[in-house]
Amino acid sequence: MKPVDQKAWLLVLPVVLCVAFSAVLPLMTIVNYSVQDIISPDQRVFVGTEWFRSVLRDNDLHEALLRQLVFSLAVLLVEIPLGIALALSMPATGWRASAVLVTVALSLLIPWNVVGTIWQIYGRTDIGLLGVTLTTLGVDYNYTGSSVDAWVTVLVMDVWHWTPLVALLCYAGLRAIPDAYYQAARIDGASRLAVFRYIQLPKLRGVLMIAVLLRFMDSFMIYTEPFVLTGGGPGNATTFLSQYLTQKAVGQFDLGPAAAFSLVYFLIILLLCFVLYNWMQRVGTGERHDG
Amino acid sequence: MARIELTDLAHAYGDTAPASPDGWALKPLTLEWEDGGAYALLGPSGCGKTTLLNIISGLVAPTRGRVLFDGRDVTRATPQERNIAQVFQFPVVYDTMTVRANLAFPLRNRGLPDAQVRERVGRIAEMLELAADLDRRAAGLTADAKQKISLGRGLVRSDVSAVLFDEPLTVIDPHLKWLLRRKLKQIHHELKLTLVYVTHDQVEALTFADRVVVMSAGRIVQSGTPEELFERPTHEFVGHFIGSPGMNFLPAHWRDGRLWVAGQPMAGALDAHLMERIAAAPEGRLRLGIRPEYLRLAPAEQPGALHVRVEHTQDVGTHRMMTARAGDTLLRARLPLDAAPAGEAWLAVLGPHACFYLDAELMR
Repeated sequence: MKPVDQKAWLLVLPVVLCVAFSAVLPLMTIVNYSVQDIISPDQRVFVGTEWFRSVLRDNDLHEALLRQLVFSLAVLLVEIPLGIALALSMPATGWRASAVLVTVALSLLIPWNVVGTIWQIYGRTDIGLLGVTLTTLGVDYNYTGSSVDAWVTVLVMDVWHWTPLVALLCYAGLRAIPDAYYQAARIDGASRLAVFRYIQLPKLRGVLMIAVLLRFMDSFMIYTEPFVLTGGGPGNATTFLSQYLTQKAVGQFDLGPAAAFSLVYFLIILLLCFVLYNWMQRVGTGERHDG
Repeated sequence: MARIELTDLAHAYGDTAPASPDGWALKPLTLEWEDGGAYALLGPSGCGKTTLLNIISGLVAPTRGRVLFDGRDVTRATPQERNIAQVFQFPVVYDTMTVRANLAFPLRNRGLPDAQVRERVGRIAEMLELAADLDRRAAGLTADAKQKISLGRGLVRSDVSAVLFDEPLTVIDPHLKWLLRRKLKQIHHELKLTLVYVTHDQVEALTFADRVVVMSAGRIVQSGTPEELFERPTHEFVGHFIGSPGMNFLPAHWRDGRLWVAGQPMAGALDAHLMERIAAAPEGRLRLGIRPEYLRLAPAEQPGALHVRVEHTQDVGTHRMMTARAGDTLLRARLPLDAAPAGEAWLAVLGPHACFYLDAELMR
């Protein structure tokens, strides 16, 4: 028998405390609210799973969730290929590389609400450059009136704000590929497309996984941009999950249902990230027979 | 397959020709390689051998000079136009493909019919003992196996002008190294391809190649058969670099009508023509070079023998390695196991194996 010393557990204590205060305790507050009806600060009733049942049956929530999923999917479908394309076309060395890097990274430095404000003004049909230009060209563009226009504007805003992140991640990934791979490809007579398909894309797998997860989680939590642009409208066109949650928790002060909703929201993100991660882990490593 | 000629070739990294001769990564050189030969480029790290190889393959365009394949100027041609194959120091495999697809890649890119691709891939896999792994993904294999795939991709095309190897066995473990080197030699005999092999390992170069080109600091110091490099190094660098341990060098000069080596007067016959040149050599620039393998113990006071103090001897299994001192110069001698010199000894240094160097260049 090996001697067992349980004192080693004490070494884990600082981490346990940190995690408790930073993540577990706040989350537990929500759990606490989600099973009670808060009538006033000193009057509360235990209601069990009632809020969860009502939240899961809430039709508005289903619509917000669907809208959210479509939006996040659109974000990934646009930003990932666009980011890869940008990274591929960025210069690798010299002063041009630095200049391009700084320019590309610029939009990442702008706070969310400023981005919202910029596009809110930019898209106005009376004074905004984009709005006026589109109107002059004969496009019937009006984000305050048209659901499609508002939705597309939020999407474009997100693409403008965050594609550089994907591009920078891919750029770093591309620079990490040793020259020998490109040289070998030239010797083997590989076409530009084959170089991308068989060298660059497989080598980018790691950074792409990070990019997809980051962009998915972030877009799934989008709040500020639609809030600044139209406040979730017109109608419910840009009311994504966060908007809906805020309307419930702050607007109507339904703390119980809002808490239950938060937990469901959290579990959805966790589940989707888990699925995405496992899927991407397997892509490109499974036993497939090419060629 | 092709005859490779390099005429007045020079290269500097950067856009323009450098101002000083030291700025060249590759100093002007002219070289000719026969079709179907096995050649090695040998030299220490940073001597320009990889640069030279990349110029031959077309990955690097030379600053000056021309590259000719069978008399055709290919200086500005791409690797594909030159139809060259190259294997790199570190294994390059296409991770998402199977071993089979990896080997077939260079052939498929050139649009070969399926039957031919299968035949070539099967043959090369057989040669490199990869046949059992053909349907596995390349990503999961060991470094050894990956490098074998790289070698295979280099050898799979039957019509290449030349196959270039850039230190291909660096990552391979020693046991397999021997095996693969023998394989390459065998492949060379079978396929009659022009092979160029870059290495810093003299054993690799000397066993692989019919002709070895020794490089140092961006220039070619000697090009010759392994035997020539060993017997008559044309430059002190080659004497040092080839052989283990390298050649011994002793200061020599001519005074009062006789030869002095390491401060001791030598008696003994020298070739008359050589003696004349030695006598004419300015003081302090002449050296005598002799390989440890050719140093023999001599009876005391024998003409042409050098008096040395023995520092230590070491039994290295097949022979005894002696380290001795003559004046300020350390000497190494490879003696038979039964020789047991101690204290003082006499070594025969003059003879057919003695080489004289003026300013590091061999006197002939």
